[in-house]
Amino acid sequence: MVNLTIDNRKIEAEDGRFILDVARENGIEIPTLCSHESLEPTGSCRLCVVEAKQGKKTRIVTSCLYPVAEGMTVDTKSERVMNVRRLVLQLLMARCPESEPLRELASELGVEAEERFTPDKDKIKCILCRMCVRTCEKVVGVSAIGFSNRGPGKNVCTPFKEESATCIGCGACAYICPTGHIEMTSTGDTRTIWGRTFKMQACKVCGRFFAPEDQLAYISEKTGVPADTLAVCISCR
Amino acid sequence: MMSKIKSLDELKSVQEKFRAGRDPNRPCITVCVGTGCLAYGTKKLVDGFRAELAKRDLAGKIDFRTTGCHGFCERGPMIVISPEKTFYQRVGLDDAAEIIDKTLLKGEIIDRLLYVDPATGEKIVREDDVPFYKKQTRLVFGLNSKIDPESIEDYLAIGGYGALGKALAGMKPDDIIREVIRANLRGRGGGGFPAGWKWDETRKAEGEPKYVICNADEGDPGAYMDRSLLEGNPHLVLEGMIIGAYAIGSSEGYIYVRNEYPLAVKNIHTAIRQAREAGLLGGDILGSGFSFDLKINRGGGAFVCGESSALFASLEGRAGEPRAKYIHATHKGLYDKPTNLNNVETWANVPFIIERGADWYRGIGTAGSKGTKIFSLVGKINNTGLVEVPMGTTLREIVFEIGGGIPDGRKFKAIQTGGPSGGCIPEQCLDMPVDFDELTKIGSMMGSGGMIVMDDRNCMVNVAKYFTNFLVNESCGKCVPCREGIRRMRDILIDITEGKGREEDVELLEKMSKGIVDGSLCALGGSAPNPVLSTIRYFRDEYVAHIKEKRCPAGVCRELIAYSVDQEKCTGCTVCAKVCPTGAAAGERKKAHSIDQAKCTKCGACRESCKFDSIIVR
Repeated sequence: MVNLTIDNRKIEAEDGRFILDVARENGIEIPTLCSHESLEPTGSCRLCVVEAKQGKKTRIVTSCLYPVAEGMTVDTKSERVMNVRRLVLQLLMARCPESEPLRELASELGVEAEERFTPDKDKIKCILCRMCVRTCEKVVGVSAIGFSNRGPGKNVCTPFKEESATCIGCGACAYICPTGHIEMTSTGDTRTIWGRTFKMQACKVCGRFFAPEDQLAYISEKTGVPADTLAVCISCR
Repeated sequence: MMSKIKSLDELKSVQEKFRAGRDPNRPCITVCVGTGCLAYGTKKLVDGFRAELAKRDLAGKIDFRTTGCHGFCERGPMIVISPEKTFYQRVGLDDAAEIIDKTLLKGEIIDRLLYVDPATGEKIVREDDVPFYKKQTRLVFGLNSKIDPESIEDYLAIGGYGALGKALAGMKPDDIIREVIRANLRGRGGGGFPAGWKWDETRKAEGEPKYVICNADEGDPGAYMDRSLLEGNPHLVLEGMIIGAYAIGSSEGYIYVRNEYPLAVKNIHTAIRQAREAGLLGGDILGSGFSFDLKINRGGGAFVCGESSALFASLEGRAGEPRAKYIHATHKGLYDKPTNLNNVETWANVPFIIERGADWYRGIGTAGSKGTKIFSLVGKINNTGLVEVPMGTTLREIVFEIGGGIPDGRKFKAIQTGGPSGGCIPEQCLDMPVDFDELTKIGSMMGSGGMIVMDDRNCMVNVAKYFTNFLVNESCGKCVPCREGIRRMRDILIDITEGKGREEDVELLEKMSKGIVDGSLCALGGSAPNPVLSTIRYFRDEYVAHIKEKRCPAGVCRELIAYSVDQEKCTGCTVCAKVCPTGAAAGERKKAHSIDQAKCTKCGACRESCKFDSIIVR
């Protein structure tokens, strides 16, 4: 265990844990856009930066992946910290001017749009938080989506923006997307996502179309549960 | 093919055999075939020399050697004739026969091929007397002109791999690390971190295997030091790496080199093969029981892959994106194993330290920065090329004494050091000694050693825009401040150069810079605002002129300038009318010309071509 101070509060925490998690457990809110309990931290949104003092050295660190240490003093709302957060939100609002969740977070933090940044007109809602890509790789385990290009041209897509043969249509990417950028449409016995249309399995008991056949086949293969058993929806099981 | 060298004694006798084979008094033509000279067409010159030598049946009587870059790229194609070290520059294909017949066979000097010192008008015969070389300390880079980079025999003949022999036969790994720490060898890739400490950390770190990597992902615009070292003396870099691997306890290594450097890739590839054949790489090196081998990894050319964690990601086959480095690479680097990454030039310094000792090495340089540094001196400078000077040499000496000052008698304005993440240094700082710490103090950095000289015709806002735009394109896009922030800064800079800047822009740029420096994930974003910050710091008046007066003082930003002809100075020579691509510049012969503003695209061709300085820019 280590002793540290976060926002003038003395806190005891397990060695090796990250500042963000320790702060949240102690009721200290640090805003994030790329952090999720099911995913390893990636440190890409930079909203969770805090000012950490260790010894004589004070520096800005990424709280989602910076471990706590004995004697550390953390300020989650210093002027330097707020300057970074304000900039990050203003930049993202200029990138995705129509994103409601961004606007809500900005107003919670008292950040106004910077009118000098001309809002992008491409209507893209993706903030490149990487949660979809990480979920597809680490949680689902298929890596059907990734990134193409770099810098401002970076975007999430399937390889070569073609229909992905490895995608199972599970929709976890759309589910986790915080801004509603990833589109998934369902019509009767089909579901379309990332440009590919999947055939849905009808529940053997109630007849409801509840999951893509490809997803059930994938789960069966991974878990060894017979496909027949999986062909019954959760409510009827 | 060379047979395996199995001991230090055998190494010494092999070195001696090759040294004896090189009679220092036998005439030798040395032709620079570095990338710069190759671009001048030196390949044809080499073939020409070979053919002329064969015609005269002189093969065996006159040595002929092709070498890596000599550094004085401005004057290529160039040759040096031993033993007198006669230096000929701007040598053409037609000159080959005459050089052999006159200079080699009769000892006559060919006047027109000599270098003329522009300062004195004096013709210079010997290479060492050329001011460009005279004021340098060519410790690491100087060996380039002594060896054929494709010949391990040449490298052995000048005592190559002697430091490795000394290290393996007589030094313990800890001794080597102590020597490198004592020499205070600092990372030449830009960070300036003490290499010995890094080695020590990696040696002590738990985990196997340990990796040793050479960072040859040089990507700064205008910089080509590492490229020329790898091309011109690959065995020197290998020798440094093998010594480092032995000290660290590593058996596997990589050279991460960008694929745009085909000659470097080819020469390092050849060198690795030769070193393996000679028993200098692979199992049981020099019979010491120590084994180490190397692989080449060709990078796709992303600037960010010079950043250590992005380089590891790229080596592992993933996209070149950095990760937060709260655990050092010395503990968790490539494949999460202890990894020691040093730049090409850092590795190339190692054999000298081992061979001659830390005390000798500490005698060169300043209190905090030891040894020499190779810079690529480019831009508005008379002597474009690669220069190597002791740390602590002033910028003024580099620009004016070695570089020969600014072409066409124009006025020095700034020197950009440290690549895109560095800064622009004004005239008042020219007497500052160049080392890692001093450059940081004035808002720039050493970086890997790029130096771009600018004169009064360079607009500093435009320069900041250029470097910022480079970084927009080279940002990996992982974190928000870098990906989104730098492009917004670039957009504001574009506005300023187009006369659409607002009064509060400079303040906003400074505020954004703070957020980007503090908020970015890696050093690319963390230093990206430097070009903007340093130009605001030293050339704020130019920003103000663009924003408030809608004027570009250097006459560069097209939206803010207009070309006209000075009616008094114009002689009516018609050159401007000939070069003007749109017919805007026109007039009668021997009468003052004029420029039609409606047709003028502000390309500047008239101004460049006018010999009477009669084109006015406002």
